[in-house]
Amino acid sequence: MISLAGRDILHSWSKFVLTGIGLGLLIGVTLTMAGVYRGMVDDAKALLNNSGADLWVVQQDTQGPYAESSSIKDDVYRSLLSLSGVARAANVTYLTMQVRLDNTDVRAMVVGFEPGQPGEPGYLVAGRHITRNHYEAVADVKTGFQLGDTIRIRRHDYRVVGLTKRMVSSGGDPMVFIPLKDAQEAQFLKDNDAILNERARTAANPTLNRPGVPGLLEAIQASQNANRNVNAVLVQVSPGSQPETVANEVRRWKHLQAFTRAQMEEILVAKLIATSAKQIAMFLVILAVVSAAIVAFIIYTMTLGKIREIAVLKLIGTRNRTIAGMILQQALGLGLIGFLVGKVSATVWAPFFPKYVLLEPADAARGFVVVMVICALASTLAIRAALRVDPATAIGG
Amino acid sequence: MDGFGIRIEGLSKRYGEGDTAVDALKDVNMTVAPGEVVGLIGPSGSGKSTLLKCLGAVIEPTTGKMTLGDEVIYDNGWKIPDLRALRRDRIGFVFQAPYLIPFLDVIDNVALLPMLAGRPNGESRKRALELLEALDVGHRAKAQPSQLSGGEQQRVAIARALANQPPVILADEPTAPLDSERALSVVRILNQMAQQFNTAIIVVTHDEKIIPTFKRIYHIRDGKTFEENGLALN
Repeated sequence: MISLAGRDILHSWSKFVLTGIGLGLLIGVTLTMAGVYRGMVDDAKALLNNSGADLWVVQQDTQGPYAESSSIKDDVYRSLLSLSGVARAANVTYLTMQVRLDNTDVRAMVVGFEPGQPGEPGYLVAGRHITRNHYEAVADVKTGFQLGDTIRIRRHDYRVVGLTKRMVSSGGDPMVFIPLKDAQEAQFLKDNDAILNERARTAANPTLNRPGVPGLLEAIQASQNANRNVNAVLVQVSPGSQPETVANEVRRWKHLQAFTRAQMEEILVAKLIATSAKQIAMFLVILAVVSAAIVAFIIYTMTLGKIREIAVLKLIGTRNRTIAGMILQQALGLGLIGFLVGKVSATVWAPFFPKYVLLEPADAARGFVVVMVICALASTLAIRAALRVDPATAIGG
Repeated sequence: MDGFGIRIEGLSKRYGEGDTAVDALKDVNMTVAPGEVVGLIGPSGSGKSTLLKCLGAVIEPTTGKMTLGDEVIYDNGWKIPDLRALRRDRIGFVFQAPYLIPFLDVIDNVALLPMLAGRPNGESRKRALELLEALDVGHRAKAQPSQLSGGEQQRVAIARALANQPPVILADEPTAPLDSERALSVVRILNQMAQQFNTAIIVVTHDEKIIPTFKRIYHIRDGKTFEENGLALN
């Protein structure tokens, strides 16, 4: 038996292919939306992996440093090092801000870290690591910065000495790594006018500026200007130690919050990007419904255009299942063309998105199944119409 | 085939019920022998199409009896369980317009019927080609229907009707879209095919050009059939 669906597709292939391309672009958008979600999850995981930490120690009653603001003293790490099971501990700061380069600025997460400690960029794709205590930076390639560029963060200029890759915040902003002291200053210190104003206020306060206590005012002003805060301490546990056990010790004795990697992943994926994920899920549902409506409309219209032929086919004894099969195969064929076009389109345009778009083969496989199911369901309307065609309509009168 | 190609006795068809009931056919009688081509003519609304639909097993008569060859197919109810197979295997249709399947080439338009009946593709195409050659359109076997002239399309439609060697062919105004020469050619072909394949052919027509070519004509008026001499058969 010849394939009626195949012959019909070959007969009007241009209409079919153009329709498939249109549908494919829609499927491409759908796959890209799924890729955007996967990219967000992957960014979050990359952030955790790149930190090289087993535990994140943050301010009590916060879920910092990524989901909430957290501020702890920068000598906390010393007491953490004294705990059993802690191999390494290092201060880090995170600040999302606009980093300027000449007349432009780039949104980036500025990370303050201590060289050689957890929190430093895992690998470089160009240049070198930071070797000086001040005013050097390592930037993610997505910032667009080049080696040797001079970038401005708050009041100071930094020279880009190294480039790294896939170092992004949970929001997808590329990272710029600078020495911890510089980062502390950038994050916590006030501008010069504010410092002068604060000094004047302190000097005018008789409680803080007592004539009989020499050196008190200077000591107070020095403490106001010095900053000893960081956002978190990254901890690596000793081999054989359980991160959860160490985290419990930190919570119990240090009056700090400590998160294991699994808990931090839960915060990043389930809480931080939950709203975005729901937003994307809504888009996916809407796109799926729109795709189904388009396929149903196209197949239904194509079927209505063949009512006379279907009546003739039924009159000459074609089985209903043969006619239904023809329409179903056409819908699936349209879905196949659409999926192929969509997959290729998504693959081509994904790298041009500002944020990471991760197209996973498993998502593509699931997408293919969903497209085929949608096409099969969408064809039922046309099949119903075809099966209701009275063969008598082929005979005049 | 023994006896007659098709025989209709006391066939009636009523649409609707009660006060709105319409008797489209009233006690129709008709016999067409194998190899014979008869004309069925009548004004619009006389019941031609209803009779054709009853004969084609696409609508059910209200009462009466229809015999195809030596088998009763209707006797106040269908006697054949699978009307689709009956239409496919034992009744050929030729329509006013050829209604060829536009996405199949000529040979497959004809071969489709034997294929639907379960015959192998090769055998079906061989049979189709024989018929197309018999109808002088064998050279267009690989063409698309849209590439054929009106007369060629109608000949392909006749070949399709003959594909399963049915004992009866119902032709619904087969010459309507054709000029005189082509219309007469189609009637000649129908006569030739009826003789060659021993098929009973009923041609419903308004076409004055071809009416004189029929040896026997049934007139239908107000749902009743009359022979050419004007005598009511019932």
